[in-house]
Amino acid sequence: MDHIRTPKVENVRWLDRLTPRRIAVGTLYLSSTHTIFVENSDARKETWVLHSLVGSVERLAGTPAGCPLLVRCKNFQVFQLLLPQERDCADVYASLAHLSRPERYGDLYCFSFQPNLDKEERERAWNFLDLLADFSRMGIPSNLWHATPANHEYRVCDTYPSELFVPKSASPAVIVGSAKFRSRGRFPVLSYYHRDTSAAVCRSSQPLSGFSARSLEDEQMLQAIMKSNPASEYVYVVDTRPKLNAMANRAAGKGYESEDHYSNIRLHFVAIDNIHVMRSSQQKLADVGDLRSPSMGDFLWGLENSGWLKHIKAVLDAGVFIAKAVAEEGVSVLVHCSDGWDRTAQACSVASVLLDPYYRTLKGFMVLMEKDWVSFGHKFSHRYAHLDGDPREVSPVLDQFLECVWQLMEQFPCAFEFNERFLLQLHTHVHSCQYGNFIGNSQKERKELRIRERTHSVWHHLWENRVEFINPLYRVDHNQTQGVLRPVTTPYCFKFWKNMYSPVERGVAMRLSDCLNAVREESQQLEEELDAHQEVPRETDAEQGIHTPTKHACLETTLALYPHATVPSHTHKLGQPSNICPPFLKNPRVLKLVTPP
Amino acid sequence: MEFAELIKTPRVDGVVLHRPFLPTVEGTLCLTGHHLILSSRQDNTEELWLLHANIDAIEKRFIGSLGTIIVKCKDLRIIQLDIPGMEECLNIANSIEALSTLDSVSLMYPFFYRPMFEVIEDGWNLFLPEEAFKELESMTDEWRLSEVNKDFSICPSYPALVTVPKDIDDDSLCKAATFRHGGRFPVLSYYHKKNGMVIMRASQPLTGTSGRRCKEDEKLINATLRAGKRGYIIDTRTIAVAQQAKARGGGFEQEANYPQWRRIHKAIERTNILQESLIKIVEACNDHSNSMDRWLSKLEASNWQSQVKEILTTACLAAQCIDREGASVLVHGTEGTDSTLQVTSLAQIILEPACRTVRGFQALVEREWLQAGHPFQQRCAQSAYSNEKLRSEAPVFLLFLDCVWQILRQFPCSFQFNEHFLVMLFEHTYASQFGTFLGTTAAERVKLKLSQKTVSLWSWVNRPQELERFLNPLYEPNSLVIWPSVAPQSLLLWEGVFLRWNRSTKCLDEAYEEMVHIIEYNKELQLKVNSLRRQLAELETEDALPQTP
Repeated sequence: MDHIRTPKVENVRWLDRLTPRRIAVGTLYLSSTHTIFVENSDARKETWVLHSLVGSVERLAGTPAGCPLLVRCKNFQVFQLLLPQERDCADVYASLAHLSRPERYGDLYCFSFQPNLDKEERERAWNFLDLLADFSRMGIPSNLWHATPANHEYRVCDTYPSELFVPKSASPAVIVGSAKFRSRGRFPVLSYYHRDTSAAVCRSSQPLSGFSARSLEDEQMLQAIMKSNPASEYVYVVDTRPKLNAMANRAAGKGYESEDHYSNIRLHFVAIDNIHVMRSSQQKLADVGDLRSPSMGDFLWGLENSGWLKHIKAVLDAGVFIAKAVAEEGVSVLVHCSDGWDRTAQACSVASVLLDPYYRTLKGFMVLMEKDWVSFGHKFSHRYAHLDGDPREVSPVLDQFLECVWQLMEQFPCAFEFNERFLLQLHTHVHSCQYGNFIGNSQKERKELRIRERTHSVWHHLWENRVEFINPLYRVDHNQTQGVLRPVTTPYCFKFWKNMYSPVERGVAMRLSDCLNAVREESQQLEEELDAHQEVPRETDAEQGIHTPTKHACLETTLALYPHATVPSHTHKLGQPSNICPPFLKNPRVLKLVTPP
Repeated sequence: MEFAELIKTPRVDGVVLHRPFLPTVEGTLCLTGHHLILSSRQDNTEELWLLHANIDAIEKRFIGSLGTIIVKCKDLRIIQLDIPGMEECLNIANSIEALSTLDSVSLMYPFFYRPMFEVIEDGWNLFLPEEAFKELESMTDEWRLSEVNKDFSICPSYPALVTVPKDIDDDSLCKAATFRHGGRFPVLSYYHKKNGMVIMRASQPLTGTSGRRCKEDEKLINATLRAGKRGYIIDTRTIAVAQQAKARGGGFEQEANYPQWRRIHKAIERTNILQESLIKIVEACNDHSNSMDRWLSKLEASNWQSQVKEILTTACLAAQCIDREGASVLVHGTEGTDSTLQVTSLAQIILEPACRTVRGFQALVEREWLQAGHPFQQRCAQSAYSNEKLRSEAPVFLLFLDCVWQILRQFPCSFQFNEHFLVMLFEHTYASQFGTFLGTTAAERVKLKLSQKTVSLWSWVNRPQELERFLNPLYEPNSLVIWPSVAPQSLLLWEGVFLRWNRSTKCLDEAYEEMVHIIEYNKELQLKVNSLRRQLAELETEDALPQTP
C-alpha cells in the first residue's frame, strides 16, 4: 500500500470525455487493484476500473473547478476526473501512474483475484478447453500426421508448446535440424488440418537462409509436409511480410525459402506490416475515435491517415489466400513471418475461422485463441504491456485478429455463434490481467509462473456467462454456418469498428442483438408452456368424454410455473421508454470497464 | 408525336444481357414507347422490363459487328447488352437515348400505365390538407386554413390551402408574400402537441441591400409566438451565402426588425453542390480497383457523408429548439423548396412518432415535399451518370431519405417501415409508373390532372400484398422524441443504395429473414398461448357456476 498516499477523495467529479454534459459527483477510492468511483446520487452507482486496464494518466492544466486527471484505458475508454485539491490530484496521479505499471508478474491482479471457486472447480475450469481434443476432431493423429515428443520440456523451442504435431515422415533428426535452421527454433508444425481436402496449415518462423545458406533437414521437412497431402504436388510458403522486409532480413542471416533450394514450393508474399507500423497506426486510429465533435472530413481523413483499415484488409487477405489454397486448391500451406508469433498467428487464425465452422462457435473460438495464440507463444505480456517494459514491444496484433472477425461478422451476420460483445470482452481481458490465461509470453513461462495453480481461467468464466455473448441470428443448420466463408475484401466492405474505438457511442448493434435474444428466450418459455398445455388433450382423449379436472390442474400448474410469462409480449420487457436509446432493454447490459470482484 | 417514329428497330434477337449478381440471359430485345424489354422467352427466366425513364446514360462499344450498350440507370444499376449487328445496335442506342430524354411530361409512362390491380384506397385522396387541418384543430384553435392561394396566384409553388396563424388575414398574407422569395410567406409546417411550439417554413425575405422590411411579415411570424416568448430563425445557409443573397435582392431577417427572434445560420449546401457530391460518391463506389487509401480519400472528397451530417445536425437543432428550449422555429434557405424541407421534415421524424409509421411517413412526404412544392421533376430529371449538362438536378430528396435511414439504423425498433421502403421511394422519385412524383408544384399537378389521369404510388404501396415487404418486424411504437447521434462515427454509407449493385446482399438478406423468423415465431407462440389461457379462464368460470341439481 506504499503507493497509495490518498486512498479516498471526496467531491470528485467524473466525466466521460466524449459526453461532457454527463458529470457525476462522488467519492473516489483507490485500492491496490482498482480505482472505484461511487456516485453521491441515491443510486450510489459504482464504477470500477482495474489499474491494469489503465493505459495512461495525464494531468491537465488546473481550472478554478479543480485539478483534472485524464485517464485513458487500454480498451479505448477515456474518462476525466476533477479533484478539488491540487495535493490530492498529485497523489492520485502518482499512485495511478505507479499502480498501472507493475514491474513484476507477482503484482498482477490475477494473482490476487479470488472468485468464489474451490480448488477442484478451479482445476476443472482450467481443463475446460482441450487442444488435443481439437486435433482429434480434425482427425489428427492420422496415418500421415502424429504427435512428436521432440519439444517435451521445451528442449527444441522454448516458445512453442510441448505437444506438437508434425508429418509422420519427419524423423527426429529432421525436426532438430529444421529447428536449428529457423529463427528461435520455431520449426514447421501443424496448426490446422482440413479433413475435406487433406490439406494442412503449418506454421514456423523464418529460415536462417541469409543469401545462400541451406539446411537439408529443413528442406526435407517441407518435403514431408507436402507428402502428407498425397493429392498435391507442391506446398505454398506464405511469407506474411512485405517482400522488401523479407529481403532485408537476408542481410542478417535470416530471410525466406529459395524456390531453387526447396523443390515443389510456391512462395507467396502477403504484405502485412510489422508491429511498429501497427502500433503507430492504431494510435492514430484511437486519436480519431477520441476527437471531440470532429467534422466528417476530419474523421474520414483521420481514418485514411491512420492506415488502419488497410492493415486489417491485409490480414484478412492473408487469411483468404490460405483458406482458398487449402479448401479450393487442396494445397497445404506453410505460413511464417519473422518470428512466427504475430503475423503468422493472425494469418493462421483468420484462415481457420474462414475454413472451419467450429471456430465460429463460442467454444470453438476459445479453442482457436488458445491454440494459435496462447499455446504457440504469442507474446501477450510484451504486446499488451502487462508489465512496465519496452514500449517498442507493444503492438495491437490480437486487436487486428479480433477486428478481422468483427468485419467478417458484418458480412456474415448469421455465421458466428458469438456476438460483438464477446470480442470486446475478450479484448478487455487480454489487457485486464484479471485471469491468468494471457499472462506471460509462452507456455513455458506460464508453467514457471504456476499460472494454473495460482490464477483462474477466463474461458470458463466467459462460458458461464455465455447468454450475454450469443448471436441470436446463429443457427446450426443455417447455410452461413456451414462450410468455408468467402468474404469480399473490396475496400468499401471495411468499416470503422465504432464499438471498439468510440466506446461512448457504443450500442445499437448490441442492443439489437440483445433484443432478439430476449425475444428468443421468451419464445422458449412459451414453447415450454405450450408443451405443458398440449400434453393434456392427449390424456383427456384417452379418458374419453370425462370432464377435465386434469386439464385444469395442468394449466394451473403451468401458469404457476411461469408466472413471469403472464404478459406474453416482448413489448413489456423491451419497450422501455428512453429518450436517447432505442426502446430495447431498459438496462442494456452495458459493458462495464471490468467486473468488480 | 408517335413513339414509333423514334423506334427504328423495335426487335433484335440473340441479345445477351449482363446484370449484377444474376446469370446472363440471352434472348430477344424489344423496345416499346416506355420500356426496354429483354426476354429469353422461356418460362422459367425472369424478363427484364426497364423503363426508359430510368435510363440515365448509355455508352456504346463495338468489337467487329458485335455491339455493346452499357445502360446506366437512375437507380444506379449498370447493365450491359450485347447486340449482334452494328446497325441494330446503333438503332437501339439512338432510340433509347431519344426515349429516355423525352421532355414532355404528358408523354411520361404514368399517363399510359393501367394498373393490374384494383385500386381500393385511392392514394390521391389520402392526404388532403383539409384532413390534416382537422387534426390540428383538435389540438389548438390558434390556426386557420387559408384559401388565399386557391388559384395559385399568390405563391405558385404553394398548395391551394395553407395553414396560417388565426389572427393574420388574407390581405396580410398577400403583402407578406411580396416580401418573400417566390411568394413563399411563412406557413405552418409542424405543431408540437406536447408544448404547442411550432415549426414554420418560408423562403428568404427580400430585404435586399436597402434593408427593406415588411410589417405584415413581422406580424405574421410574431403571431406564432406566445406572450413573452422568443423564437429561432434557422437559416440553412451560412452567413456568407446569405449576405451574397442580399446583394441579389434576397437576404435574411434583420435583428432590429425581428427582435423576438434569434437567427442561426447553418451550412447546408446548394443544390448544384449536392449533385456533384452524388456523382462523386457513385463514382467512388463503382470503382473496384481502389486501394483502401484511395477509397477513403474518394469517400471523403465526395462530401456526401458531410452533407448527411450537416442536414441531420440542422434538423436536430430545429427539434431541439422545439422540444428542449420550448421555442418556435422558422426555417428557410433561399427558395424554401430544398434544404428547408429537408430540415422541417427530418425534425418531424425526430419529434413526432406518427411520422415514423408507414402512413405518417407518406403523409409527411405529401405535406412537406409534394404539397410544399419541392420540384421533383427538375431535381430528379437526371441521376449520377448523366453526361448532359446539369440544369437543376439535385439529390435533395435522396439525402433526406439517407438521413431517415441513418435514424432508422440508430433506432431500429422505432419505425414501422424498413429500409426497402426508403429505397423504393428513391427509385420512384427518379422513374415510376405512378404519377405521384411528376410535376414540380401542386399547381402543375392540378393542371396535369394527375389525380384523374395517373395512379398514385400510395394506391399501390398500401395494398396489403405490397406493404408486407416494407414493414419493419421490429417495430414497437415509441411515443418519444428520438435523438440521433450525428457524430461521424455513427453515420454510415448507405449501402442499400450506393453499394446495392456492387456487392451481393445475400448474407445480409438472410440475416434479415432470420430476424423476421424469430419475431414471427414469437408472435405465433403468443397467439397460441393466449388462446389456451382464454380457454382456461372460460373453464374456471364454468366451474364457478353453481351446479344444476
